[in-house]
Amino acid sequence: MNFDSTTYTFKDPGKIGIISLVVGVVFLGISVIGYMNDSAHFYLNYLTALIFWLSVSLGCLFFTMLHHITQANWSTVLRKVSEALASAFPLFLILFIPIIFGLHDLFHWSHEGIMDPASENFDALLAKKEGFLNPVFFYIRSAGYFAIWIIFSFLLNKSSAEQDKAHTPALSRRFRKISAPGIILFALSSTFASFDWLMALDAHWFSTIFGVYYFSGAFLSGLTFLVIVLLYLRKNGILKNEVTIEHYHDLMKLIFGFIIFWSYMAFSQYFLIWYANLPEENFWFLYRWDNSWEPISLLLIFGHFVFPFIALIFRASKRFTPVIFFMCSWILIMRYVDLYWLVLPTHYKDGVHFSILDLAPLIGIGGLFFFYFWRQLTSKPVLALKDPTLEKSMKFLNS
Amino acid sequence: MAKKMNVIIAEFESSGSLLHAAEKMNAEGYKNYDCHSPFPIHGMDQAMGLKRSPLGYIIGFMGASGMLGMIALTYYTNIYGYPMVVSGKPLFSWQAFVPVIFAITILMSAFGAFFGMLALNKLPRLFHPLFFSQNFGKFSDGGFFVSVESDDPKYDEEKVKSFLSSIGGKNVEVVKD
Repeated sequence: MNFDSTTYTFKDPGKIGIISLVVGVVFLGISVIGYMNDSAHFYLNYLTALIFWLSVSLGCLFFTMLHHITQANWSTVLRKVSEALASAFPLFLILFIPIIFGLHDLFHWSHEGIMDPASENFDALLAKKEGFLNPVFFYIRSAGYFAIWIIFSFLLNKSSAEQDKAHTPALSRRFRKISAPGIILFALSSTFASFDWLMALDAHWFSTIFGVYYFSGAFLSGLTFLVIVLLYLRKNGILKNEVTIEHYHDLMKLIFGFIIFWSYMAFSQYFLIWYANLPEENFWFLYRWDNSWEPISLLLIFGHFVFPFIALIFRASKRFTPVIFFMCSWILIMRYVDLYWLVLPTHYKDGVHFSILDLAPLIGIGGLFFFYFWRQLTSKPVLALKDPTLEKSMKFLNS
Repeated sequence: MAKKMNVIIAEFESSGSLLHAAEKMNAEGYKNYDCHSPFPIHGMDQAMGLKRSPLGYIIGFMGASGMLGMIALTYYTNIYGYPMVVSGKPLFSWQAFVPVIFAITILMSAFGAFFGMLALNKLPRLFHPLFFSQNFGKFSDGGFFVSVESDDPKYDEEKVKSFLSSIGGKNVEVVKD
């Protein structure tokens, strides 16, 4: 890796991109073994892995738009990294294709005869939802979500590249003009995507808060991965004086806040269903509290809320890079556990069926994602040099 | 009645010179002095050598005591005080009490923050000898002042006056209580 610290560009992006590409391809190859063993099992893990990495991009897309729409100063130094992380949607669109082939294995509602009163598979409740849950509309919606994400991340990256040449006040306005409708469409698309890809795995169940629950976790994924990437760059001497401990402190405050927000949403969802105890809703939690799923549910409560809450409440732990790195890695692992807990129990109500092969899609997609991200990041300056708020951002202090 | 206390004030030209004055006061070893400006000045806490406020720990303690107190209250009332089965759930269904435990935790933290802040600032305080000074009224729109109170361990009227002039203070004035 060879970095020019006057123009903030990479002369040589190093081997890490190629290594992660090779790792990605090899592990996706290995996951094919899983596919041949048990296709339904493979698709469930593939979906979990895909949504896990997609959440990172979604979180960073939201972070970038939030930066523009609030006209924030402090986060200008983080913008280029965040933009690069949010630019991987075309890759995810390609990686989404296997889901189309796995529709039958993943989604009970897509089975034959479910919607047909004459069939013995007929399900009166799901038949009522036929207008929404049918393959054609499912493909159209999925394409729509990707279209929104690709268009907005492309527009933001394009304007950002224009800004690298010369800044005009019109560009600042354009960033906001993109982000304002973008953030509304982001809210709608991420909510409905979580309905379609996660909630509809058990199509009898419904929860109106599910979209917010997914979003709170996705933003956490985005922020924690952003911090890990920044720490990796810092270790290699890149952006060491630009992204100071003050910026890490602020990012950790946001992460701390969203740990609480995630828990708030998770509890709100559980609380109402637990209180009413209606059979059409409570089964979703019941089979997650049965057999070997119970320890996973407890792990989420203590690992995704109690531990990070206590660890990050202290100012010192938000300003000490080894602790920051450990906590971000921990939360990222918990993000995977959360998605695993959302996806897998729908098909394995009798308990956890985990094999080491299940991690192959996670590492495989992660490798491709990192390769794609690294190419985006290293092809441009890693700092928004012409941005008028850059100087303010670099001098930012938590007082 | 509070002890009689004299205050020496000196006026400075700008926020920058006030900041440097604060640094010099701190270096000289004064403890009971204060800086007054119409707006917050970045870096003033470091310049004056102030330690981090202990308010966070007060809030944390109050929040934790609110949480534990409310857990104890809901547990006592539902197990011993008024054991009643509601909608077939166990007597102590903690889930039902999370909202109230959460709310009291927040309320006690807010009380800790508000009253702790007042106590740390030694408020409410109805009067301070500084208000005897005519010139000091400017601090709320365009004046920058350093004040030294007579209970400072290094207080010596003549020495403080000459030191304040030497670091650029103007209109040095002794305000007698």
